[in-house]
Amino acid sequence: MIIMTSRQQILKLYKTMLRESQKFPSYNFKQYAVRRVHDAFKENRSLTDAKFIENQLKEAYRNLDIIKRQVIIGQLYSTEKLVIENIEKNKK
Amino acid sequence: MLPYMTSSFGNMHSRTHAFGWNAEAGVEKARAQVAGLINSSPCEIVFTSGATESSNLAIKGALNYIKKNKIKKPHVITTQTEHKCVLETLRELEDEVEVTYLKVDNKGLIDLEELKRSIKDNTAMIAVMAVNNEIGTVQPLEEIGKIAKKNNVLFFCDAAQGVGKIPIDVNKNNISLMSISGHKMYGPKGIGALFVKNKVRILPLQSGGGQERNFRSGTNPVPLIVGLGKAAEIAKEEMKSNFEYVKMLAQKLIKIIKGNETQESKNDNILPFVIRNGDENGYPGCVNLSFPYVEGESLLLSLPGVALSSGSACTSQSLEPSYVLRALGTKDDLAHSSIRFGIGKFTTEEEVVETAEKVKESVTKLREMSPLYEMVKEGINLDEINWGDN
Ligand SMILES: Cc1ncc(COP(=O)(O)O)c(C=O)c1O
Repeated sequence: MIIMTSRQQILKLYKTMLRESQKFPSYNFKQYAVRRVHDAFKENRSLTDAKFIENQLKEAYRNLDIIKRQVIIGQLYSTEKLVIENIEKNKK
Repeated sequence: MLPYMTSSFGNMHSRTHAFGWNAEAGVEKARAQVAGLINSSPCEIVFTSGATESSNLAIKGALNYIKKNKIKKPHVITTQTEHKCVLETLRELEDEVEVTYLKVDNKGLIDLEELKRSIKDNTAMIAVMAVNNEIGTVQPLEEIGKIAKKNNVLFFCDAAQGVGKIPIDVNKNNISLMSISGHKMYGPKGIGALFVKNKVRILPLQSGGGQERNFRSGTNPVPLIVGLGKAAEIAKEEMKSNFEYVKMLAQKLIKIIKGNETQESKNDNILPFVIRNGDENGYPGCVNLSFPYVEGESLLLSLPGVALSSGSACTSQSLEPSYVLRALGTKDDLAHSSIRFGIGKFTTEEEVVETAEKVKESVTKLREMSPLYEMVKEGINLDEINWGDN
């Protein structure tokens, strides 16, 4: 698979990953996924080596698939909301 | 793990059919992933049910071999703050093995000079953990490894709390045997591993089909092993960023509760007299604080919805003060007022802030009800009071 590495495409992937991460029913997994996606893109912001960028992107697409799958699994076995989630909700 | 519970369900030990090959490939990949995390060779990894089993196998297995072939009554040097899976195993062997329990300083660290002095002609093993599960203290593994090598004794390390969280290199640290736990590095529960250095001899504890190079007979739990392997791979990749994240959260927690060292304890916004147990340079995911004039158990009860513990997870059923804190020289009343805050990669900043604020609120309330605290506020030194009933 050849992956286009335009700036626009990377941005789109970043947004998709964040959006999918938000779907985790588990509060802690959701926050973790969002943080990791955010950190990984920030860390790789100034990459220049085309080959390396392509590898990182492939990895990101793989991770996007994992996020999607784990979200579905999470939805199968979701649990009660945590205390912290109710506090957050009340704050909003 | 899922494919190994559904489509690749073969018994990895059944070499005659393809289902078995698939499972075997998964297990061998996991072995390489675990090895990659600790810089060992894959063939030095033995899968077990967890760090408890690994530690039993390492200690009993190695000492059984030594007793049979080398030393009639071998000597083991360990520490007073080991996990129960090491302490109880050694206690069980006390008739056949001589054990020295090294003291630790107020941070939980052993004294390397005392370790050197403790080595005798019949010393066969040094058993020192990597990271303490109650106070996060990290022992100087490299120096201990050097001492072990120089004296030609085995170095067994219970690294259940360290592997995947801090860099641990079995070669650099000259470790002979090392326990690993799956659930301590975000892997599945009920799986672990024992690193057995090439040429280190141990006798198996269970007899059977000779799986895991005959060190651990029994059919391998393939899905759990695959999960452990993946956890090891992810841990290696994320170690640095997780460590920084956990450290940031720990600092935040401490700062909200007890303020900076420079802050006056009279500051209304922080709790006075809070003591951090253990070593501040240790693993930050394990913050142990004592709240004098408050019972740890009462504090926990006043914080519903917050998952914290007093003592260690395995001993918190008992109301005995933690033996680890006692070993640091913590007085019983302070040990009784201690709480462990476990912070991990799934912990969020909001949770830390909320917990810290709730703890402050509860401690303040509980102290208001404490006659002892009343006396302290009046300037009475409790240590100077003679509580005798004369
Ligand atoms: C330092 C230490 N050793 C051993 C263990 C036991 O591990 P496991 O639950 O995998 O048997 C634990 C965890 O509970 C631990 O923290």
